[in-house]
Amino acid sequence: MKKFTMFDLLVLVIRRDLVLAMRRRADVLTILIFFVMVVSLFPLGVGPEMGMLRKMAPGVLWVAALLASMLSLGRLFSADYLDGTLEQMLLAPQSLSMLVLGKMTAHWMVSGLPLVLLAPVLGLQFDMSLQAIGVLIMGLLLGTPILSMIGAIGAALTLGLRGGGVLLSLLVLPLCIPVLIFGTGAVEAVSTGLSAASHVSLLGALLIMALVFTPWVTAQALRISME
Amino acid sequence: MLEVSNLACSRGDHRLFSGLSFALHPGQIMQVQGANGSGKTSLLRTLCGFMMPDEGDIAWRGNNIRDLDDDYHAEMLYLGHLNAIKDELTALENLRISAGLSGVEINEKEAVAALRRMGLRGREMLPVKVLSQGQRRRVALARLLVADARLWILDEPLTALDVGAVTLIQELIAEHLAQQGMIIFTTHQPLQVAGVEMSSLSLS
Repeated sequence: MKKFTMFDLLVLVIRRDLVLAMRRRADVLTILIFFVMVVSLFPLGVGPEMGMLRKMAPGVLWVAALLASMLSLGRLFSADYLDGTLEQMLLAPQSLSMLVLGKMTAHWMVSGLPLVLLAPVLGLQFDMSLQAIGVLIMGLLLGTPILSMIGAIGAALTLGLRGGGVLLSLLVLPLCIPVLIFGTGAVEAVSTGLSAASHVSLLGALLIMALVFTPWVTAQALRISME
Repeated sequence: MLEVSNLACSRGDHRLFSGLSFALHPGQIMQVQGANGSGKTSLLRTLCGFMMPDEGDIAWRGNNIRDLDDDYHAEMLYLGHLNAIKDELTALENLRISAGLSGVEINEKEAVAALRRMGLRGREMLPVKVLSQGQRRRVALARLLVADARLWILDEPLTALDVGAVTLIQELIAEHLAQQGMIIFTTHQPLQVAGVEMSSLSLS
């Protein structure tokens, strides 16, 4: 028998959550379809005027991504909570923060990354320029992991509560506003001929901060929820 | 060894027990007895460190379990009411993952051997959702075979098990105690292990 290192644990948790997601494909598809639907409804709702669509595209895509990631957050810990796996995770002899980081990563790969990959196609629908689409993808790539990580704190705090879903959105959405502002700001900057560098680096800074703090905070929140 | 002194625990405003003291030495087994709602599960969850006791200390090898944290977790195994297995995964995957979570990596052969000993021959590759309640419990109990823990904390381990499985659990308990392990458990079913003196703790 071989002892587990912290990295082994990270890989184990990510692989486990990805296998589970593959076997529950409907959950993943729901998020993607929701994202595509919300984004596609806007041109139908506000009319086909190209200038306006181009202007609102980044905002629409970002808000849709934000809402789509909310949709899957409720399930981040609740399935493990209900079948007792979470108890075992708390008793794991390695760091709980590392385990939480694994769950966050898997959550992003399942619910964030597909949105990033779909965004260019939806961007074309809004007649975004190639350069703007490039920055949009860059922003989403940096921003969606932050959404998963901040969301995990909310998911851990509302674990086992009735009506937790609504509370979760109320807790998490305000915290995601900076990500939304810098993400859309970056695309607007390139559209008006400015550099997106400052917005993108701020997103990068937020991502690093989230990587350092959120796993630990989430781990503490899980301990509180399990009492 | 596990030492509990002057432990008090409550749920909401209701005091479950107080002034509880006992010690569990290597090779000893203790049954926690009491009516429904008397706080058996709460006691075991407090021993795991999920719940903070209102008063009192829980010490493992002389150190408070709150201070030991992960070092304590590496030496204990908790089996609760919930099986902690995933319906979508096979028995084999479940066992390997739960072993991984408890800090040991087992290969496929070891996992298959453990599941076969639990009477799940031919079921290793089936998703757990097609198994019966008793078989699921057996998958969960297979953790006892692969984990490398001194202290077992078992909450109603015999739920949904048939006579054959109960005999098997008795064997496992005897083996664990012979290797200087420690066990604290609750059950409403009679559980006798040959050649083992069982101490008991009554909560009222």
